[in-house]
Amino acid sequence: MHTVLQQLVNGLSLGSIYALLALGYTMVYGIIKLINFAHGDIYMLGAFWGYYVINQWHFSFWPALISAMVFCALAGVIIEYLAYRPLRNSPRIAALITAIGVSFLLENGMSYLFSSNVRSFPQVIAVKQYHLGSVTISNIQLLILVVSIVLMILLQLIIKETKMGKAMRAVSVDADAAQLIGINIDRTISFTFALGSALAGAAGVLIGLYYNSIDPLMGMTPGIKAFVAAVLGGIGLIPGAALGGFVIGLIETAVQALGFSAFKDAVVYAVLILILLVRPAGILGKNVKEKV
Amino acid sequence: MKKNLKYNLTWLAIMVVGYILIDVLELVGVIDQFAETTLVLIGINIILATGLNLIIGFSGQFSLGHAGFMAIGAYTSALITQAIPNGGGMVLGLIAGMALSALVALIVGIPTLRLNGDYLAIATMGVAEIIRIIMNNLKITNGPAGLYNIPQLANWSVVYLFVCLTTILIVNFIHSRDGRAVMSVREDEIAAESMGVNITKWKVIAFVLGAATAAIGGALHASYIQTIAPNDFGIMESINILIIVVMGGIGSITGTYVAAIVLGLLDMVLQNFGTLRMVLYSLALILIMVFKPSGLLGTWEFSVRRIFTKLKAKGDA
Repeated sequence: MHTVLQQLVNGLSLGSIYALLALGYTMVYGIIKLINFAHGDIYMLGAFWGYYVINQWHFSFWPALISAMVFCALAGVIIEYLAYRPLRNSPRIAALITAIGVSFLLENGMSYLFSSNVRSFPQVIAVKQYHLGSVTISNIQLLILVVSIVLMILLQLIIKETKMGKAMRAVSVDADAAQLIGINIDRTISFTFALGSALAGAAGVLIGLYYNSIDPLMGMTPGIKAFVAAVLGGIGLIPGAALGGFVIGLIETAVQALGFSAFKDAVVYAVLILILLVRPAGILGKNVKEKV
Repeated sequence: MKKNLKYNLTWLAIMVVGYILIDVLELVGVIDQFAETTLVLIGINIILATGLNLIIGFSGQFSLGHAGFMAIGAYTSALITQAIPNGGGMVLGLIAGMALSALVALIVGIPTLRLNGDYLAIATMGVAEIIRIIMNNLKITNGPAGLYNIPQLANWSVVYLFVCLTTILIVNFIHSRDGRAVMSVREDEIAAESMGVNITKWKVIAFVLGAATAAIGGALHASYIQTIAPNDFGIMESINILIIVVMGGIGSITGTYVAAIVLGLLDMVLQNFGTLRMVLYSLALILIMVFKPSGLLGTWEFSVRRIFTKLKAKGDA
């Protein structure tokens, strides 16, 4: 029993990182129907920013986290402005290839500028283990869980309660109609990229702290996993992304705990395919009836 | 038949002239070993990308799992040619690889092709990753280390022959009655269905045909490079093939040729830049897509028939 609970804790903290990343994917997809392949690399930028400010400017954890979020938000907005905005009215697949190009550029640019070595992330918070009955949980796992959940609640508040959030929802339903009633589409899309990238930046700093190592290619695999999470939950839906992230985190740790760690990714994909076959629009997605 | 004979002969002449041209350049010494490798890789990429273009460009199904089928072809033919290291083994390996890849595509395609757009893309990507992970863990495929000492039975002329054969196969399929059915699915599924086109059937057929050509590409890759490992067939490989298709122009086989050649040459030139290579490559990719979103050639297709008609029109006037 206690191993099950222990794996549950591990799975939830891994899942919350996936969920943070998946939220960025799903928001961008919801608003411009673009699979933003570069999202995983924004997360890598966040981790490197955290590494830099902690080492060079001796930031403590919270300033590092918040400055990484601001930095990544800026990076996201700049990438959107330079690479995606010119392609707003082109075929979606062209924008997808551009996103892949941006992802390559960030990965290889960072490798070129800062070498592709793995470096260890400065441990700004001393690791403490808490024992709750038979379950061990470290303060970093707790921090990851709490920070992600707070950020998710904040995001939900922004989207549901603020004017900008209302604009985001309007643009994702119908961009032309939104423009007709006076919503500035470009600004709304920039804001969406800023929000999503900020979450990715936070995830980058948290994962740096948790796994203690960062490198320029670290964004590739979690990026794809987070995208799978977003699809699993129903892409374009904010609660779906969070749910998908937690589900994937839990499946991964469960498979690993059962001793099949070599097949961990295969199981994730198999579950994804099975769920899509039963629910073609993801767990929370609604099946829209097609009208002729 | 007689009407098409002229065009077909012209195409045959183009292929033969292409072959002789490369042969002569090789004899003269313009094409050295390094350039020949580039040429072969371009050829293999053309085979892979025309197959993917059939799936994405002509049947309109977004697949991100081409590398998985390539892996099946590569591993099957590598294992068979290791057992029978001669031309017969190569033929057997190719046929077995294509059959196995087509079978997997059939099993995977029937349920997943009901999904649309990005959901299909992610499902096919998942399939390819599952194939890769299975090969990473099987004993017969030698796990993560992969297979080496594969007999080199494919040289550039074999690759050239297969480039011609797969292109003829795919272009003729597209121009046949079946090809029109496949394209009608791309244009409008509901309209196609109401005209009596069995959309699931044609989607699956295009998918299976694409997977079989991917197996050819994989088998030639294994035989020419002589070593394969599961990580050669990851998501990045699928994306590289997708880039060729999109950059050339979705739904243009000529475009696929142009893009494969341009990217192959770009890669060769950039070899001199060391670590900066991938940075420049990705910048080129972004710039081409931003300034030419429909791909280098759009849907334009090179046609011998059109040239003949134009010449005739000029002669008449």
